[in-house]
Amino acid sequence: MAFQFDLVSPERRLASVQATEVQIPGAEGDMTAMEGHAPTITTLRPGILKAVGAEGTKSFVVTGGFAEITATGVSVLAERAVPVEEATPALMDSLLAEVRDAAGVSDDKDAADKAVADMAAARGMIGQ
Amino acid sequence: MPSLKDLKNKIASVKNTRKITKAMQMVSAAKLRRAQEAAEAARPYAERMNAVMAGLSASVGTSESAPRLLAGTGKDQVHLLVVMTAERGLCGGFNSTIARLARLKANELLAAGKTVKILTVGKKGREQLRRDLESNMVGHVDLTEVKRVGYANAQTIAREVLTRFEAGEFDVATIFYNRFQSVISQVPTAQQIIPAKFEGATTSALYDYEPSEEAILADLLPRGVATQIFTALLENGASEQGARMSAMDNATRNAGDMIKKYTTIYNRSRQAAITKELIEIISGAEAL
Repeated sequence: MAFQFDLVSPERRLASVQATEVQIPGAEGDMTAMEGHAPTITTLRPGILKAVGAEGTKSFVVTGGFAEITATGVSVLAERAVPVEEATPALMDSLLAEVRDAAGVSDDKDAADKAVADMAAARGMIGQ
Repeated sequence: MPSLKDLKNKIASVKNTRKITKAMQMVSAAKLRRAQEAAEAARPYAERMNAVMAGLSASVGTSESAPRLLAGTGKDQVHLLVVMTAERGLCGGFNSTIARLARLKANELLAAGKTVKILTVGKKGREQLRRDLESNMVGHVDLTEVKRVGYANAQTIAREVLTRFEAGEFDVATIFYNRFQSVISQVPTAQQIIPAKFEGATTSALYDYEPSEEAILADLLPRGVATQIFTALLENGASEQGARMSAMDNATRNAGDMIKKYTTIYNRSRQAAITKELIEIISGAEAL
């Protein structure tokens, strides 16, 4: 069973495809959305977003934003999203550095530390 | 009566000008296409963002715990005007229309006894407003070095605005920019971004929120500010190129008219000079 999956960033639309399941790095834990999911809106933490469709799995590195899940589709509005194939270690390092910088000036120490840890974990998944 | 040589020089110089304006027009046309594509690409995100926030604010907006970015500070004493213009001139009335709208609004607010603070984005707006509102200026964002406006630029401006808001420097923020309608028409627009206002707040389907509605809204509102600024920047970019294109088109046409006019004068005076010389020769011959 396929449903609509949209991934948009402020600058462009990255994906608009049919997918069978979408794995989302939600702020309160990972979740997988499939067709008929209860309508949900969740914020994202930095991590890897996966969309499983007929043509295989597509993965994206996202740095934050939110996802709107309905019974018939998922649309993810990511602040920054990069296909995993394009996510070089250098790019991940720069993203990590950005999050670190933001954490330096943030008031909410816990949230900032968590964002850094999440980003570091995503960096780890890319490897090198 | 200018001499023939003067006229010749004049025609050559206008021809050069026409070449330049023609080139500028063509460059703007290419840039306009790119700017429009960028604006087009950014639309889905902005629309979704707006829809979700409108839904959220409709359900949270009235409660006591609503974030200040949505509910406001409860006052409207200090206004921040974010005036977004181009970094370059030679684009018709593009910069002036924004500056005029901003000045009008500023004077209106000042007359009503409010405090006005102005943050300018783009050099041209600052130059125009500095004349009479210099004391109200609180900051300037320079985009001279930016070739292509990206979301990062919008975030920088948004951060500047949000930091000031958090520090309690103002109660209401409004952005001024030109909305792109067509190459010949750009509409100067004032849009209030803090406290956030949403059109068509429809009560959307019942969603589960993770984390709570308030937490999501608190997370989204700053992003919403950045998104609105980004949209405005893109609209402005397209408008600027459109305005420059039509201004340069006019200039090219005027240069053409001028060349025609001067060429006629040149030919006439040349003819007159020849006739005069002929008459002189003939009457000289007759006198013999």
